[in-house]
Amino acid sequence: MAINWFKYSAPSTFYGLAGKLIPFFAWPAAILFATGLYIGFFVAPTDAVQSEAYRIIFIHVPASILSMFIYLIMAGYAALGLIFNTRLSSMMAQALAPTGALFAFISLWTGALWGKPMWGAWWVWDARLTSELILLFLYLGFIALQASIEDPRRADKAAALLAIVGSVNVPIIYFSVKWWNTLHQGATIKMTGTSMHVAMQQAMFIVLVACWLYVIAVALARVRSIILERERNTQWVNELKEVQS
Amino acid sequence: MNKLSLFGLLGLVVRRDLLLAMRRRTDVLTTLVFFVMVVSLFPLGVGPEPDMLRKMASGVVWVAALLASMLSLPRMFSADHADGTLEQMMLAPQSLSVLVLGKILAHWMLSGLPLALIAPVLGLQFDMSVQALWILVLALLLGTPVLSMIGAIGAALTLGLRGGGVLVSLLVLPLCIPVLIFGAGAVEAVNGGMSAVSNLALLGAFMLFALVFTPFVAAQALRISME
Amino acid sequence: MGCTADGAIVYNPTLFCFRRATRFFMQQAPFLEVKDLACERGDHRLFSGLNFALAPGELMQVQGPNGSGKTTLLRSLCGFVQPVQGTVHWNGQDIGEWDDDFHAEMCYLGHLNAIKDELSALENLQMSAGLAGYTVSDQQAVAALRRMGLQRREHLPVRVLSQGQRRRVALARLLIGDAHLWILDEPLTALDVGAVGLMQELIGEHLSKGGMTIFTTHQPLHVAGVETRQLVLS
Repeated sequence: MAINWFKYSAPSTFYGLAGKLIPFFAWPAAILFATGLYIGFFVAPTDAVQSEAYRIIFIHVPASILSMFIYLIMAGYAALGLIFNTRLSSMMAQALAPTGALFAFISLWTGALWGKPMWGAWWVWDARLTSELILLFLYLGFIALQASIEDPRRADKAAALLAIVGSVNVPIIYFSVKWWNTLHQGATIKMTGTSMHVAMQQAMFIVLVACWLYVIAVALARVRSIILERERNTQWVNELKEVQS
Repeated sequence: MNKLSLFGLLGLVVRRDLLLAMRRRTDVLTTLVFFVMVVSLFPLGVGPEPDMLRKMASGVVWVAALLASMLSLPRMFSADHADGTLEQMMLAPQSLSVLVLGKILAHWMLSGLPLALIAPVLGLQFDMSVQALWILVLALLLGTPVLSMIGAIGAALTLGLRGGGVLVSLLVLPLCIPVLIFGAGAVEAVNGGMSAVSNLALLGAFMLFALVFTPFVAAQALRISME
Repeated sequence: MGCTADGAIVYNPTLFCFRRATRFFMQQAPFLEVKDLACERGDHRLFSGLNFALAPGELMQVQGPNGSGKTTLLRSLCGFVQPVQGTVHWNGQDIGEWDDDFHAEMCYLGHLNAIKDELSALENLQMSAGLAGYTVSDQQAVAALRRMGLQRREHLPVRVLSQGQRRRVALARLLIGDAHLWILDEPLTALDVGAVGLMQELIGEHLSKGGMTIFTTHQPLHVAGVETRQLVLS
């Protein structure tokens, strides 16, 4: 059976499809969150070195992983939009940016909460923490640029170019920060040595999947709003039930 | 009628921007004065202990250089945009990338180069050693072109936007962090009795890498902004 | 003016015309063709389904009320504005593919004069030529400025000139290049009666040499012996 994928690259058809898909991602996300956090907080054993405080990693680690991953996906979508001039790709990039920024922020915040009992300071200039902060700046730049250009076509293209330049820079920034960090201070506390309990791994993995599904659901919901906003003058939008009522 | 070669065009753009700047000198001087002022404020803020000042000198100079170059970035294309010259540049039958490279070079000669030349004087305020001063100047000479080149992309993307000046810093500063790290690192390495070669080599690599890609990317950004 | 093999500049109108004429016959007469063009500003459709062609010696005026998309049309002919639909062809090829070669054969004059207040009229003209990819000697530039009625103003900073005089400096650019296609957006703005007459004369000369012109204006512009084709945007 051949599916015409291009049919769904038109905002008008994708709008309906996205609406139908959202529950399939949102509900599993909610259930997996609950399961993952239950395992993380109640089943997983207390850590020998870090006692109860370590449990924040069940949020911290998935948030960090996704914040980086979303940036790449976002840059990918933006690049597709720039190269093939597909409007929907640019809208997806725009829809992903706030979620990515949110995860970067959560990652920093939980990192600080974790750092206080572990390192005795809210903030240390650890290579990973610093890179995460810079990643948040990159997200904010993308969002700010997109928001300050009124013409949506120019906004999409400009933001796409920025995302591409940013993603080329991300590895350079990461290694610069790492190098800088090793020059300035000794190695920070590492997780190595303490082997992870199976329940910990399970919890972290389940929350990661839950976050991922959440990202998809939220991005789809947001892209629906973006489609409505941009296509507000078209006939099909005005014929929608939710618009007419 | 003589056709202009690419180098001819490059030279023309640089000469033109320098000539315009010479007839409007305040712009160049304000950037320089800003740089000197920011650097001089630090001892007032953190205290005059020579040991501490010596330690933080390179970082302070680099951060100030970063801010000063951000200050001058919005001007890179805005005047030409406002009077229509940019439209004519985009219609030039030669490659727009070469034109942009010319503008980047001129921008560096007017913002980066003066900072590098005046930096030793500021370094003396911070009691830096002669060797560290040399490395500082060298690092600035290698690093500030990268700031102008990455900055050109930001300036082109924010062309004609309200609040473009602040926005350009928001976009460009995170991308300039590697330059800051290795630029300041070069001086610190010398202070710590190590060789600064690796830092300077990396700065040089950044410059070559940026030289290859940024004029093209900034030209694309201009096309996007002019549509 | 013409260019010998060794690159020296000689002022020779006959040679110039001859070169241009041979080029016309050897290749194909240059022409501009617009097919099914549609442009938007924001999400507002300015015009659509626009078709026309322009051949050597033809003059076309784009008419329409404010906001009807005259400037956008001219800008899309330059390649600044990506049309939503349709194509612009130069000599049968999409201008997007022509790119640089097309730009060497056209001269665009927009609302903005593209001149610098800090530079003199002469410097401005030479810089414009440079940006368009060629050099002109002082004599040629001065001759062009004099033709535009800017005697003894050549070395003054443009800052001290009047609006009309600045427009004349911008228009002098048409005289130093050898573009086939002139795209003029409101060329007569701020010009006095004498300068309007001069412009009509210049366009007439350009057309008689096989050039073509497309322009917008709210003032009457008649070129003797040439019928002005009208393109009305509503």
